[in-house]
Amino acid sequence: MNALLSMSPQSMAAQLLIGLINGSFYALLSLGLAIIFGLLNIINFAHGALYMLGAFVAWIGLTQVGPWIGIPDFALNYWVALIVAPLVVAAFSVLIERTMLRRLYQLDHLYGLLFTFGLALVLEGLFTHWYGAAGQSYNVPAALTGPVRIEALGIVLPKYRLWVVVASLVVCFGTWWTIERTKLGAYLRAGTENPKLLKAFGVNVPLMIMLTYAYGVFLAGFAGVLAAPIFQVSPLMGSNLIIVVFAVVVIGGMGSIGGSILTGLGLGLIEGLSKVVYPEASAVVIFVIMAIVLMIKPAGLFGKEA
Amino acid sequence: MAALPHPSASGRPVLVVRDLHAWYGESHILHGIDFEVREGEVVTLLGRNGAGRTTTLKAILGMTDRRTGSIVVNGQETLGMADHRIAHLGIGYCPEERGIFSALSAEENLMLLPAVGAQGMSLDEIYTMFPNLKERAKSPGTRLSGGEQQMLALARILRTGARLLLLDEITEGLAPVIVQKLGEVILQLKTRGYTVVLVEQNFRFAAPLADRHCVIEHGRIVQTVARAELDDSKAVLDELLGV
Repeated sequence: MNALLSMSPQSMAAQLLIGLINGSFYALLSLGLAIIFGLLNIINFAHGALYMLGAFVAWIGLTQVGPWIGIPDFALNYWVALIVAPLVVAAFSVLIERTMLRRLYQLDHLYGLLFTFGLALVLEGLFTHWYGAAGQSYNVPAALTGPVRIEALGIVLPKYRLWVVVASLVVCFGTWWTIERTKLGAYLRAGTENPKLLKAFGVNVPLMIMLTYAYGVFLAGFAGVLAAPIFQVSPLMGSNLIIVVFAVVVIGGMGSIGGSILTGLGLGLIEGLSKVVYPEASAVVIFVIMAIVLMIKPAGLFGKEA
Repeated sequence: MAALPHPSASGRPVLVVRDLHAWYGESHILHGIDFEVREGEVVTLLGRNGAGRTTTLKAILGMTDRRTGSIVVNGQETLGMADHRIAHLGIGYCPEERGIFSALSAEENLMLLPAVGAQGMSLDEIYTMFPNLKERAKSPGTRLSGGEQQMLALARILRTGARLLLLDEITEGLAPVIVQKLGEVILQLKTRGYTVVLVEQNFRFAAPLADRHCVIEHGRIVQTVARAELDDSKAVLDELLGV
C-alpha cells in the first residue's frame, strides 16, 4: 500500500492509462468472443490468431505489398489498413465458417473449441514459417506520433495510446448500442435466445450466423491493427493475449455484451493498478480474480445462471 | 386416412399434408399424417400428450430433424425448401411455450418478425384487438403476464401478413377470462378469412370455433370429425381424447 500512497498523481494516472490500453484490447476481443459464443455456441479459440492476422495484414500492406505488385512505393497506410485489414480477416473467417465451422454447430461445444484451437495453431505455424517468430515493427502513423499533454491531470501521454483507448471505446460502445438498441441487434438477441424459432418465423438465420462470426472476427482484426504500432507484429502476439482474454470472458460471463466490455476495461485497470501496488502480482491478478469469481458466481459477473 | 372435405369448405386448399413422417434424432414421431385445410377453415388437431400434434406443426415449419412425405402450402411443396423460406409462404406460428424473446421488449417482439404476406395488420389494428399490449410496449417480453405473452405471440404473427396460422395450445395455463378473449379473437380472424390450425387440449374451447377436428394418435390421424357430426361422435372423441 505504501507504493500507492507515495506515488505522484501523475505516475498513478500513467499506470492507470496503461491499464486502460490493455483493457481496450481485452474489451474488443472479449466482446467479439461474447457475440460469437452467443449466437454460434462456439468458443472461438482462433480469436487470438485472427487478431494476429489483422496485425500482419496491416504490416504486409504497409511493407510488403508494394514490392509484390511491382510498385515499390505503394503502401497501404495505417488509416486504410484500419478498415481493410479487419475486412480481409473477416472475409477469411467467412470462408472458414462456410466450409468448416458450419458443420460443427450441431455437435458439442468441445468440437468447435478443438477446431478453432487447431486453426489458431495452423495460422501461427504458417506465419512463423513465413516471417519467423521474431516481431516486425510497425511505425506509428505520422498524425499520431508524439506526446499529448492533458493539462487537467498534469500528465503527458503518447498520442497513439490515447487514440487506441478512444477508438476501441467508440467501437465497443457502437457495437453495444447496435445490439441493444436497434432492430438489427434485436435479431441478434432473438437468435441468441432461440435460433430455431427465429428461423421458423422466416429469418435467414444461417446468413445471420455467418455475418455474426465475421463481425466478431472483424473486431479481433481491428484490435490487431490497433495493436500493431504498440506491440511487435509477431505470430504469437495473439496467443499471449488470448489467455488473459479468456480469463476476462470467464469473469464477465459468456454471452453478455455489455458485461464483456465493462469487464475487459475494468480488469485492464485492475491489472494496471496492481503494477503500481505490487508489480510481481500484475501477471496473475486477473487469474486470481477469475478463481474467486468462479467460486462465488460460476456463471460470471454478468452471466445468467443456466 | 385422408381427411374428408368439409361440406362448407369450398375454398382452395391452403395446406395439404400427405404421408408426413418426422423424426427427432432417432425417434420416429409422425407415422404418416394426412390432412388438408382449405382457405378460411379452422381445423383443430386433438389428441393426448405425446400423440404428435405439436410435432405436426413443427414439421410443417421444418423444425424437426428429418421429415418425409409431402407438405404443400399455397400450392408449393415445402419439403426440400430452406427452413427459413417456409414461413414466407404466408405462415404464422405461435409455439406452445409462446416463444416470447426475453431479451427483447414487448414492442421489439411485436416488430421483429419479417413480413410474409401483403396484408399484415397495422399497429393500430393490433392495439385495438389487444389493448393491453400498448401499455406494456416497453416492458421486457417475459415480464408480461401469461395472458399478455399469449396476446403478444398472436399479435406479432398477425402483423406479418400471414394468412395461415399454426397455433399451438394457446389456452394452456390461462385464466378463463383470457381464454374467452382468445376465443373471440379466433372467431374474428375466421370472419376475416384467416385459415387456422389449432392444436388444443381444451376441447370445450375448440369445439365452437372449429370446422373440423382431426384426432391424432401415435403419429397418425385416426379420426376426423366435422362440426355437424360432433354430437354423434361424442362418445368416440371422449374415448380417443381420454376426457
